[in-house]
Amino acid sequence: MTDLTKKTIAELRDGYAAKDFSAAEVTDAYLSRAEAATDLNAYVRMTPDLAKSQAKASDERIAKGEARPLEGIPLGIKDLFCTKDIETNAASHILDGFVPPYESTVSQNLLDDGGVFLGKLNLDEFAMGSSNETSYYGPVVNPWRRGNEETKLTPGGSSGGSSSAVSARLCAAATATDTGGSIRQPASLTATVGIKPTYGRCSRWGIVAFASSLDQAGPITRDVRDGAIMLSSMASHDPKDSTSINRPVPDYEKALEGGVKGMKIGIPKEYRLDGMNEEIDAVWEKGAQLLRDQGAEVVEVSLPLTKYALPVYYIVAPAEASSNLARYDGVKYGLRVHDDNIHEMYMKTRAEGFGKEVQRRLMIGTYVLSAGYYDAYYLRAQRVRKKIADELAEVFKSVDLLLTPSSPGAAFGFGEKSADPIEMYLNDVFTVTANLAGIPGISVPAGLDAQGLPLGLQLLAPAFGEETMLRGARALEEALGFDAQPTEWWT
Amino acid sequence: MSLSDSDVKKVAKLARIAISDDDVPHLKNELNGILSWIEQLQEVDVDGVEAMTSSVDVSLPMRDDVCAEGYTGGGQPENVTRNAPKTEDHFFVVPKVVE
Repeated sequence: MTDLTKKTIAELRDGYAAKDFSAAEVTDAYLSRAEAATDLNAYVRMTPDLAKSQAKASDERIAKGEARPLEGIPLGIKDLFCTKDIETNAASHILDGFVPPYESTVSQNLLDDGGVFLGKLNLDEFAMGSSNETSYYGPVVNPWRRGNEETKLTPGGSSGGSSSAVSARLCAAATATDTGGSIRQPASLTATVGIKPTYGRCSRWGIVAFASSLDQAGPITRDVRDGAIMLSSMASHDPKDSTSINRPVPDYEKALEGGVKGMKIGIPKEYRLDGMNEEIDAVWEKGAQLLRDQGAEVVEVSLPLTKYALPVYYIVAPAEASSNLARYDGVKYGLRVHDDNIHEMYMKTRAEGFGKEVQRRLMIGTYVLSAGYYDAYYLRAQRVRKKIADELAEVFKSVDLLLTPSSPGAAFGFGEKSADPIEMYLNDVFTVTANLAGIPGISVPAGLDAQGLPLGLQLLAPAFGEETMLRGARALEEALGFDAQPTEWWT
Repeated sequence: MSLSDSDVKKVAKLARIAISDDDVPHLKNELNGILSWIEQLQEVDVDGVEAMTSSVDVSLPMRDDVCAEGYTGGGQPENVTRNAPKTEDHFFVVPKVVE
């Protein structure tokens, strides 16, 4: 039998319908493959018993002709999504032993559509990081390497467990979240497809909160079609999230075909950074040419405020995080470091429970919100954010999509960027604007650099432009014909 | 604007994170590095621009003031307290707050 883990969601769905193989067989294949891949450190915990019983139930439904959209599809769940009765830690020591008594809306939607849960995926602590180095459980490793070098590289972050697991075929698809680029940057570094939907498209209920005005869930998958299938299930209107949008969820898979003929696609000139890697520039130009070849009109556009997006983000996100993470006080859940004085108990618990990067961001957030600095930092950042969103909305009056690189470089080694926080933050330079403006973005694998590492291209669309964005991404994917796979050194 | 040693200690205290005196110099450097980087926002003219608090252009939905059912409903003291480090009869137990 061919390796069942090589099949996409669409192929599994067809194979189940044709009775070529069972959900139990596919689930077993994934479980044994994932259990053997400990070197990648992608899963923080696996749920084999749950997965097997879900697969059995799926096979029964398939036999009765009652298959749901994700029936029997083995999925990995980023450990930022609360899963009922399955420990959830957000890769933080401070959430030790936390077992949610409820299921997040997104993961419930996947269960309702027949998904099989293989386990919880590693991430940067509270999704704060771009390399997975801030996880309490140690970094996830990228299946891709530089040529024959054995240097361990990052799979990106914060959804590094999701990107590594999908890339190494340790699950058919994974959930992820994106606050500043945490779906699209890891997808770019692992040759996977990552979708950040419009803010409000997926419910945030039950997702451990980082920066509530920016956080958005989305999938990481092998190809664009699988991304569309996953997003159709993950998205919903949810009264439990007051920012969730009440409008029908399209069948995104139906939006894939049709191509880019007649579309107008913008190339933002400010995204061409000084001293940018020439290979990224070349991949970007190739993507633009391929879209032109298929009948799209590619035009240069200007977004002069681009350079302010990251500084705005590093005020708004830590400010919101400092408020959201105030709940970790050693009283209601997780770690408590004992002290007879309650204030000392709070401070010791948070000092031991939070890692260095989280502490750094909480302190920045606390500072920019503190008396005397609120107007100079936080209020100003929110105003610049408004100008950035308006500037993007203006550009989208004249173009359908924007084409940009997904990340400023390929995968890097552990420790190579972690010494300087700002150098690490620059990973999100191409992705963060979409979070500030609330618009959707997708990263598609576009090529390999000279060292054999993947590079991604990003398409951005106006709010609720997912269907146009997916059509563009499918056309780009087809034209690029990217089919490289990492060498399997970890099995 | 740049943070002094005592500013760093004050911010850590406001954030309820215990730090030692040894942590102060490197925290000060890191925080000042980040703050001087975000200082560039002062260049942007924001006169008359409203502050953006949400990217969603909808007003906050309201619901009837009744106890919800399901996960967010009442009557679940066991679920509410089950993850707490220390509880007694469905109460959270903390060190003495009032002398």
